[in-house]
Amino acid sequence: MMKRSIVTGQRLVAAFLLGCVLFNYPLIALFNKPGEVFGIPLLYFYLFGAWALLIGLMVWAIERRKE
Amino acid sequence: MLQGWVIASISFAYLGVLFAIAYFGDKRADAGRSIIANPTIYALSLAVYCTTWTFYGSVGRAASTGIGFLPIYLGPTLMAGLWWFVMLKIIRISKANRITSIADFVSSRYGKSQLLGGLVTIIAVVGIIPYISLQLKAISNSFTILLHYPEIVMPARAEALPLLQDSALYIALILAAFTILFGTRHLDATERHEGMVAAIAFESIVKLIAFIAVGAFVTFGIYNGFGDIFDRAEAVPKLEALMTVPDTGASYGSWWSLTFLSMLSIMFLPRQFQISVVENVNERHLTRAIWLFPLYLLLINIFVLPIAVGGLLHFPDGSVDADTFVLTLPMAERQEALALLVYIGGLSAGTGMVIVETIALSTMVCNDLVMPVLLRWKALRLQEEHDLSGLLLSIRRWAIAVILLLGYVYFRAAGEAYALVGIGLISFAAVAQFAPAIIGGIYWKGGTRRGAMAGLTAGFAVWTYTLLLPSFAKSGWLSLDFISEGLFGIGLLKPQQLFGLSGLGEIPHSLFWSMLANIGCYVAFSLHRRPDVVEASQGTLFVDAFRNTESAAGSRFWRGSAQVHDLLPLIGRFLGPERARDAFLAYARRRGLASIDALEANADLVHFAETLLAGAIGGASARVMVASVVKEEPLGIDEVMNILDEASQVRAYSKQLEQKSRELEAATAGLRAANERLKELDRMKDDFMSTVTHELRTPLTSIRAFSEILFEDPKTDLTDRRKFLAIIVKETERLTRLINQVLDMAKIESGNAEWHTADVGLREIIEESIAATSSLFADKQVALDMALAGEVPMVRADRDRLIQVMLNLLSNAVKFCKEGAGRVTVRLGVDGSTVRVDVADNGPGISEADQHTIFEKFRQVGDTMTAKPQGTGLGLPISRQIIEHFGGRLWVKSGTGQGATFSFSLPMNREANEHHEERKAK
Repeated sequence: MMKRSIVTGQRLVAAFLLGCVLFNYPLIALFNKPGEVFGIPLLYFYLFGAWALLIGLMVWAIERRKE
Repeated sequence: MLQGWVIASISFAYLGVLFAIAYFGDKRADAGRSIIANPTIYALSLAVYCTTWTFYGSVGRAASTGIGFLPIYLGPTLMAGLWWFVMLKIIRISKANRITSIADFVSSRYGKSQLLGGLVTIIAVVGIIPYISLQLKAISNSFTILLHYPEIVMPARAEALPLLQDSALYIALILAAFTILFGTRHLDATERHEGMVAAIAFESIVKLIAFIAVGAFVTFGIYNGFGDIFDRAEAVPKLEALMTVPDTGASYGSWWSLTFLSMLSIMFLPRQFQISVVENVNERHLTRAIWLFPLYLLLINIFVLPIAVGGLLHFPDGSVDADTFVLTLPMAERQEALALLVYIGGLSAGTGMVIVETIALSTMVCNDLVMPVLLRWKALRLQEEHDLSGLLLSIRRWAIAVILLLGYVYFRAAGEAYALVGIGLISFAAVAQFAPAIIGGIYWKGGTRRGAMAGLTAGFAVWTYTLLLPSFAKSGWLSLDFISEGLFGIGLLKPQQLFGLSGLGEIPHSLFWSMLANIGCYVAFSLHRRPDVVEASQGTLFVDAFRNTESAAGSRFWRGSAQVHDLLPLIGRFLGPERARDAFLAYARRRGLASIDALEANADLVHFAETLLAGAIGGASARVMVASVVKEEPLGIDEVMNILDEASQVRAYSKQLEQKSRELEAATAGLRAANERLKELDRMKDDFMSTVTHELRTPLTSIRAFSEILFEDPKTDLTDRRKFLAIIVKETERLTRLINQVLDMAKIESGNAEWHTADVGLREIIEESIAATSSLFADKQVALDMALAGEVPMVRADRDRLIQVMLNLLSNAVKFCKEGAGRVTVRLGVDGSTVRVDVADNGPGISEADQHTIFEKFRQVGDTMTAKPQGTGLGLPISRQIIEHFGGRLWVKSGTGQGATFSFSLPMNREANEHHEERKAK
């Protein structure tokens, strides 16, 4: 139990670190330009996509624990 | 046209619903069936983070900085990833020490210092009051705007209205009354308000629905989806710029510092601390909040940019304040119901924040500011009062009212000077000052009270100078020269370009300098002097919170003498005599004692009493009060250090010991099993020996008897002599057979038997065995039927051994058949993936009970004492060993009087069979 909870914690910290990179210079600079994906501005699309990805990873880390 | 009274009564109806939920929640909590003991409710209540500042202000910020509103919500998402460690630790520490506010947390960590608690309270109140006034402003503005429906009129400056006609004043008063009802109905030792949390969770749902409704309406009702809005925006250069952030280092720096700031705020805003730590029912609830809360933030932000762009497109002349787009867009489209829903959504965002924030602040003001002063004020003679719980409640109620009125005063004074988002960030920057003292406090044992005092003071001072005073200047309370020229006209002291640092926004600028001062002073002053006794012991308790799970950990550091009849009345004065008595009784029961009188006033009890009191009046005051009634022997720093060292050594030893004893237990269990097995084997060997000797003795006895007759009586006639010799020969043969079989058995069992494995056809084996036993059949006149399948697959086995098995089965069958009327049937066929042979007889059969024993060595069915044994008792066990050696199975099916069928099956050898088939095909 204890070991598994540490693994979950590490996964969450990894998600945190990934988020720090995704939401920061220089990655956001790559998408910080005019342009559209499916009619949605590129940066807006990127940020919400990365955000959803991060939440997805957290869901995975947390809910997998119960198996 | 919406009448004022309609809007007002809808507002009151909404507040009524909230109160009903809260009332229900409290009732259920009292009955022990909490409605908030649910991770989803917990996550939703955390969304109190989204205030009117989010609800109205995000759109306003998006309209001016575009996507720059997002970091405020990305930060909490990132922080959620660290909650697993950081927040869990804070929650656990707070529960163990009954910490009820952020001021209490800081003061408890640094030696229960009243001074530190007071300082944190002042920073929180000063930092948060503008934020509360922001909520009042937003609610009052939305009310005013909605009142003019369908016209869109921006609210005039609040000062223009006479005091008594100002809706914000009434809103402040109503909210104060409401919060008092919610938060201070009774004094709770844990400061938990279940009903309030339920209402807050409900409010979170309302504001999310309202915001998504208006977002969907603007995006899909006014325009044709996201693509349409953004296409139109691209046509306008000013709007196109909103889709990106300026590509400069400063803008990325500002982006990151806002993310960082919001990461700290989600932990240290008093209302967040209240909801996530103090109101937490079960620390497991945190796990779902880790993803559900960020998801909530994502959902409430999806439509922010579309609404901002839609509003800018809709009101291109700038006559409408972007902060009000959420409300004015539905109004411009004549959507009366939607506008009302938005108004309610804004109301829920505002009330939620105000209720939780003022409750949190009032606890701090009461426990860390007012009570310490009152308790020191000798003239009040509070020490002699018998029941102070009423006083505590009224202090909190007054604190709530005063805080809200201060918020209103700030609102009147500051007016329209600042946009909503500006004020919110100033508050964020204020509470961020708590971060070094708290994060340092739970991970670094070396942090001291002086360090925390110095850090907080320095950070707060820099924050005041670089953010608060300039905001006053912008509101017209100070000369603007202060900003443009610097203090006393010194350029280096310009509050927003301190020491010439320019190019950053005001928030990143202030954050940098205040954090530098705060962390720098905290670390420097902490390192300057060793922690004293209380600091060191509290530091260990906090940093090692995950290890000190037993609540008694805190009592290690106390030595002295106390009396139960001193402690109980002390606690009773603050909690009320009855509740104190109940708590002590419960404590006594947990210790297995029948009554309070049986309690021993030891260190554990003193610690229990102090923690109990800390829940009501804060850790620092509780320390002072308890110290006033017990005689304490001060511990020296060296002693504390010894206790700490000892404790950690003992912990390490006991861990090792546990490990060793577990290993020992496992080894013992293994040995015991092996011993059992050996004993069993020994017993089996004895049985075997005695049976074998018994079996050997029977033929030997008869051989000897007949030999003696022949030896002693030479006159025996020839026929008798022949008869006796025949018996001797037969018995000798039997003896030989027996010895051979014993040897055979021993070989097989020890694994030394020789096996000549080859592909064998069972049909040939059966035919050969039958041929070999035909004389037996003939002698006993037993009929033999054969039902052999024409072609059966080959099996992999030892030919001679299989013949041995068959001979055994056939001879057994004949043996048990009645002479003359016997009938034996041999069948061969395929059964699934095995080849099966049955040998059936029509003898007396074997009873259910004996079917197992016949496969044991030397067991023969029937009474061996009276009837002459018909075999050695080894045939079947050997046969079974042989069949099992080739992966098959040997069994019997029978019932008394129904004959017996012995069967064995052997797995087919697929490979050989394929060859066989091929050869046949050729």
